[in-house]
Amino acid sequence: MEKLRKRWLSLYVENQIGVLSKISGLFSGKSYNLDSLTVGTTEDATISRMTIATVSDDETFEQIKKQLNRQVEIIKVIDMTEMFIKMKEILYVKVKKCTAEDKTSLFQIAGTFKGRVIDYGRDSLLLEFVQTGAKNDAVIKLMKTEFHNIEVVRGGSVGIESISVMDR
Amino acid sequence: MKKISGNKLLIKALKEEGVDTIFGYPGATTIDLGDELYRQDDIRVILPRHEQALVHEADGYARTTGKVGVCLVTSGPGATNVVTGLATANYDSVPLVCFTGQVPRHLIGNDAFQEVDIVGITRSITKYGVTVRNRDDLGRIIKEAFYIARSGRPGPVLIDLPKDVMAELGKAEYPTEVNIRGYKPNTGVHIGQLKKSIKLLHTAKKPLFLIGGGINIAWANGLFTEFARKTQVPVVTTIMGRGGIPTEDPLFVGNLGMHGAYAANKAVAESDLLFSIGTRFNDRITGKLDKFAPNAKIVHIDIDTSSISRNIQVDIPIVANAKDALEKLVEYGEPCDTKAWRDEIRGWQERQPLDMRKHHTMGPKDILDVMNKEFEKLIVVSDVGQHQMFTAQFTQLDEKKQMIMSGGLGTMGYGFPAGIGAQLGNPDTPVVIISGDGGMQMNIQEFATAVLEELPVIVCVFNNMFLGMVRQWQKLFYGKRYGMTNLRSGALYRESGSQEMPRYTPDFVKLAESYGAQGIRVEKREEIAQAFCRAKENKNTPTLIEFVIDPDEMVFPMVQPGGALDDMIVD
Repeated sequence: MEKLRKRWLSLYVENQIGVLSKISGLFSGKSYNLDSLTVGTTEDATISRMTIATVSDDETFEQIKKQLNRQVEIIKVIDMTEMFIKMKEILYVKVKKCTAEDKTSLFQIAGTFKGRVIDYGRDSLLLEFVQTGAKNDAVIKLMKTEFHNIEVVRGGSVGIESISVMDR
Repeated sequence: MKKISGNKLLIKALKEEGVDTIFGYPGATTIDLGDELYRQDDIRVILPRHEQALVHEADGYARTTGKVGVCLVTSGPGATNVVTGLATANYDSVPLVCFTGQVPRHLIGNDAFQEVDIVGITRSITKYGVTVRNRDDLGRIIKEAFYIARSGRPGPVLIDLPKDVMAELGKAEYPTEVNIRGYKPNTGVHIGQLKKSIKLLHTAKKPLFLIGGGINIAWANGLFTEFARKTQVPVVTTIMGRGGIPTEDPLFVGNLGMHGAYAANKAVAESDLLFSIGTRFNDRITGKLDKFAPNAKIVHIDIDTSSISRNIQVDIPIVANAKDALEKLVEYGEPCDTKAWRDEIRGWQERQPLDMRKHHTMGPKDILDVMNKEFEKLIVVSDVGQHQMFTAQFTQLDEKKQMIMSGGLGTMGYGFPAGIGAQLGNPDTPVVIISGDGGMQMNIQEFATAVLEELPVIVCVFNNMFLGMVRQWQKLFYGKRYGMTNLRSGALYRESGSQEMPRYTPDFVKLAESYGAQGIRVEKREEIAQAFCRAKENKNTPTLIEFVIDPDEMVFPMVQPGGALDDMIVD
C-alpha cells in the first residue's frame, strides 16, 4: 500500500441544491480526508465544476473515486493527480500594525513571491498571491514568522487540464 | 393543454409504473394525496400502524416480488420514522420509492410545524433523494426515481413533495423515457475478464464459489445452480446469498462467516480460488481480514464497482449484474476435477456437522426442522438476533422457497412487517416469520394491519426471555453479566438465585388474541407439528406461535471476535 499523499480530483456535478452537501457528507461519513474543495458554475449553468484535494493512500483514493462515480448527481470524475494541469489558488494576507520597515519588507516579499500589494492603510497592507497551494503554504509560513498580526484567507485550488504546456 | 394537479399526476405516474400496492400513512401535508387515492380503485393502499413498519412492509413486498416497493408518508415525524427502514433497504439493495410530504415551499426553512429536512437526513442512507421544487419537474423526477431504484444496484429513493407543489396545476403528461447524465448503470459484461476467470476456475485445485445476496436480488438462483452443477465446484454462501443453490444439493457446503458452518469457513481458509458473486465481503463474513482466504486468488463479480477491492483485494474484478454474467458463465463453464477437494470438505462436514445440542424439551433446530418438513412452498422472513442465525443455518431452501432478512443493517423489528409485505405480494405462498421476543415487540402493532388485511402469516416467536445474541456475548466474553438483556426483569437485575423473577410480559398468546389473531404456545417438541398444522388451517388471520426456548441456547459455531475465519468456537 502506497503511503499517504496528496491527490487531486476534478468533478462535473449537477448544479443543484444539496449536491455540495452530498459530496462533503460522503467524505465525512466515510472518514475520507478532504483537504480542500472549491466549487463554481461553468459555461453551462446546469453544471458546476469542483476541484477536490485529498490526502489518502492508493486504496482509499480508489474507493473515493468509485464512491463519487456512483452518485447520481456527479456527472464525471477526473483524477488530475498524474495529469498535466494548471492549478492555482488565490491567497489574501492582511498584515496589521505594520511599522515603516514592515511595509518595506512586505513589498519585498510580494516582489519575491510573485504577489501584489493590492491595498494600503496607515499601518496595514493587503497582499494577494495567485500561486500553487504549496507555494501559498510557504508564503503563509514565512508571514507567520515575520509578522505577528496577520489575517489569512485562501480560496482552495482550482485546476484545469493543460493544452500544450507539459509541466504542472 | 390539459392541466392537472401534482397529486393527480403522482397517481397517474404510479399507475404507469405498474404499481398495484402502496404502503401509506396519512398526515397534514399528504392529505390531498390521500384524497386522490380514495377516489381511485386501481392501486391497493395498505395502512400500517407505524411508518418504520410501513417501510419494512414495502421492503418485504419488494424483495419477494421483484417489484419496486412504494411508500407514502407525511412530513416531519412521518418522514423521520422512515429512516431506519430506508437504511435497512439501502444496505440490502432493495428497490423502494418513498414519497414524503413536505410543508409548502414558502415555509421551508422556517422550522414550520412538522417540517424536517428529510432529504438531508437521509442523504447517506438512500441511493438518491430530492425535493421537488417545481411542479414542471414532478413527472420527470418520479420517472427517474423508479428507474434509479430498480436499476444497477437497486436501492431506496426518497422524493420529498412540498404540499403547494402538489396542489399546483401543470402538465398532465408522465414521461416515457429517462436520461440521467450522471447515472448510467453498467449493463454489459466484460467477456475478456469472464474468460480469464473461467480459466482460473478450470485450473484451480480447490475452487470455491462464494455467493452473496446479489444472486438473490438478480433472481439468478436457477442460473447459478446450473453453473455450479456443470462445473462441480462446491458452494458457500453468505446469509443473504443462501438459496443461491438448493441447500440440499451436495455441492452446498454451508454459510460462511461469524456463525457459518465449520466446513464452510474451513473451505474458505483452504481454497486456492474464491469465485465470488454479489457479495461485498462484509466484516461478518471475512473475520480478520489479513487471514481471510490466505491461499486463494479471488474473482469478484459485482454490479457495484465500489464493492470491488474495497475490503479484500481482488485478482479478477468483473463489474456486472449476476444474471448477465451467469448467462455467459454457464456457456463457458466445463466440469472441473474437484473430487479430492469435495472429499476434503466432506471430511470437515463429518468431523464438525452443523447441529445443535439436543435439548430435552425443545430447541430452536427442532422448530426449524418441522418447518422445513411442513411446507413445500414457503417464504421465510427472519428478524434479527440469535433466531436469525438459527434460521440462516437450518432453513432448507430450494427453487420453491425464499428467505429474506435484514442482513446488512441488522434491524430488529424488521421481520414481522417484512413478512406482512411478503404475504401481500404473494397471497398464494405461505409466509413464516421467525422472530425473537425482543424484535417482535419492536413492531408488534402490525398485528392490526395483518388482521385487517386478513393475512395468514405464521409468526413464530422464539421466546427465550432475553435479548439472546447480546446475552450470548455476555455469557462468553463478559463473565455472564447480563446487563440490559433480561426482558423479564429490570435492566440491571443481578441474579442471586433466591429471588423469583417477574412473569414475562407481554403474554404473546393473549396479545395475539386481543388483535383477533390466533395465538398458540408451544413448550415441547411433540407440539410443534400440530401448532404449524393449526396455523396452516387458519387461512384468514395471522397465527402467532410462541415457542418457549431455553435462554442458554447458543449459536455455534462462532468465529472469535477479531479472529480469523477458521478460528471458531464450536460448542
